[in-house]
Amino acid sequence: MADYPRKVIQVPTYNLFREQDAGKQPVLDVRNLGIDFGGLTAVDSFNITLGPTEISGLIGPNGAGKTTIFNLLTGVYQPTRGSVLVNGIDIKGMPVHKVNKLGIARTFQNIRLFSEMTALDNVKVGMHNEIRCSFLASLLRLPSYYRAEAAANMKAMELLDFMGLADVADQKAGSLPYGVQRRLEIVRALATNPSVILLDEPAAGMNPSETTELMHQIRRIRDTFHIAIFLIEHDMNLVMNVCEAIAVVNYGKIIAKGTPEEIRSNPAVIEAYLGKEDND
Amino acid sequence: MQILQYLINGISIGAVYAIIALGYTMVYGIAKMLNFAHGDIIMVGAYISFCVTNYLGLPAFVSVIAAMAVCTLLGILIEKLAYMPLRGTPSLAVLITAIGVSYFLQNGAQLIWGSAPKNFASIVPLKPVFLAGGELVITGEVIVTILASVLIMVGLTLFTTKTKIGKAMRAVSEDRAAAQLMGISVNNTISMTFAIGSALAAIAGVLLCSTVPTLQPTTGAMPGIRAFTAAVFGGIGSIPGAMLGGILLGIIETFSKAFISTQFSDAIVFSVLIIILLVKPAGLLGKQIQEKV
Repeated sequence: MADYPRKVIQVPTYNLFREQDAGKQPVLDVRNLGIDFGGLTAVDSFNITLGPTEISGLIGPNGAGKTTIFNLLTGVYQPTRGSVLVNGIDIKGMPVHKVNKLGIARTFQNIRLFSEMTALDNVKVGMHNEIRCSFLASLLRLPSYYRAEAAANMKAMELLDFMGLADVADQKAGSLPYGVQRRLEIVRALATNPSVILLDEPAAGMNPSETTELMHQIRRIRDTFHIAIFLIEHDMNLVMNVCEAIAVVNYGKIIAKGTPEEIRSNPAVIEAYLGKEDND
Repeated sequence: MQILQYLINGISIGAVYAIIALGYTMVYGIAKMLNFAHGDIIMVGAYISFCVTNYLGLPAFVSVIAAMAVCTLLGILIEKLAYMPLRGTPSLAVLITAIGVSYFLQNGAQLIWGSAPKNFASIVPLKPVFLAGGELVITGEVIVTILASVLIMVGLTLFTTKTKIGKAMRAVSEDRAAAQLMGISVNNTISMTFAIGSALAAIAGVLLCSTVPTLQPTTGAMPGIRAFTAAVFGGIGSIPGAMLGGILLGIIETFSKAFISTQFSDAIVFSVLIIILLVKPAGLLGKQIQEKV
């Protein structure tokens, strides 16, 4: 980030799950993160390190604080304690749009597309900071405006095509089927050129075949763009199949971290999801 | 023939309301606030144009550009100083501030230019066109006003749909939080909106005073309120709605002045507004938002 005079902090690269990520700067390094709302502690001592090409999951019962964590990671909420480093830069006090420019993008649990705009325009809004065309040039329709527009259109169409949405480019986002809207949100997030993308319940409302398709697409996104993916999901089939590392939260605290196999057999996780066994 | 004449005059004054209403509607759509000081920006624009032509002796078009430049800066300044610190506070606080800014501008103008009305010489050099053997008069002001309003509406529509900044504006208007997470600066976008709205207000001020030649510190107040009405009438937040609302309002006002009563024209205009809103609460072209239950 040349236009942001902040020191890049070299983050120790312990705990990186993928061999390919060994020795590389983590995209996300979260230390002792916590937030209180009034007297209520919503998130406390949350720690996570995400390698540059890692697919990680964040799971936990309803109301565990998962979306709150996403809001903290993207600068929507300012933490009460702890710090978030995106590509080694502390996001403390940064306005939300600048945090996005550091390379973090997200989708929303309740889809928040610009429903009055076409799918293509939604993606182009995501490319806002990339389209280099001055106000004057677009006002006067200079050749540079047409060049920038053509380039933007082409890239937006490529991204749509990547997720199999090229056909609906000219349709209003609000009129698209639910599963398509979810995928369009991912495309819009990809358009901001992120190094890590946060997906908030990407499979919610999808049918099993759409979910299977989504799993392939999530892996394809990582393999094509070489970015990290951090996802919240309730669909255990998706989480266990796609994630290389999983963090489990309950009451705003991490109760377990590990590979899918480790999580599956972790007693604390089983207790959080199913309740403690009654032995009387 | 008389009726046609009233219709033309109505469309002309309505076109001025439409230009003002476009400013209201844009600011409302993007910043989600009612900028009640918008009408007074018109007055400032007219005073600047008046000073540039009368005291500096510069040509009319220079005075319009000067008025636009001053109003643009003024609009950005007002937003930064008065409204931006209140971002995220209840909308009532912003509304009261806007009313305060409105009085501040009126009193400021009184301090600078005095309260005595100034005689504003029309900046339109065109001669009136006589039709139907002199029975129908179309003044140069009418032609310029209508042309200007159409050009502005087309320009704004192209701007908001085709340009990157326009798209950012629509994105902020639909979902501010999501737009921020796409890397769009909400503050810059809102500043831009105020800049454009205020530049339009300057044009409206010059055109208004070219048609109705008295200029005083309260000149903008009533047209401002009528234009706000027009924006609500057409469906606030909608660009074609503001245009339609403004023109209809101008026509209704002119007809009620001509056929019913000059004193009651405002009462009639606002009665029509109430009736329309009872039938179509979101305005003529506004979108009905269905509340989820």
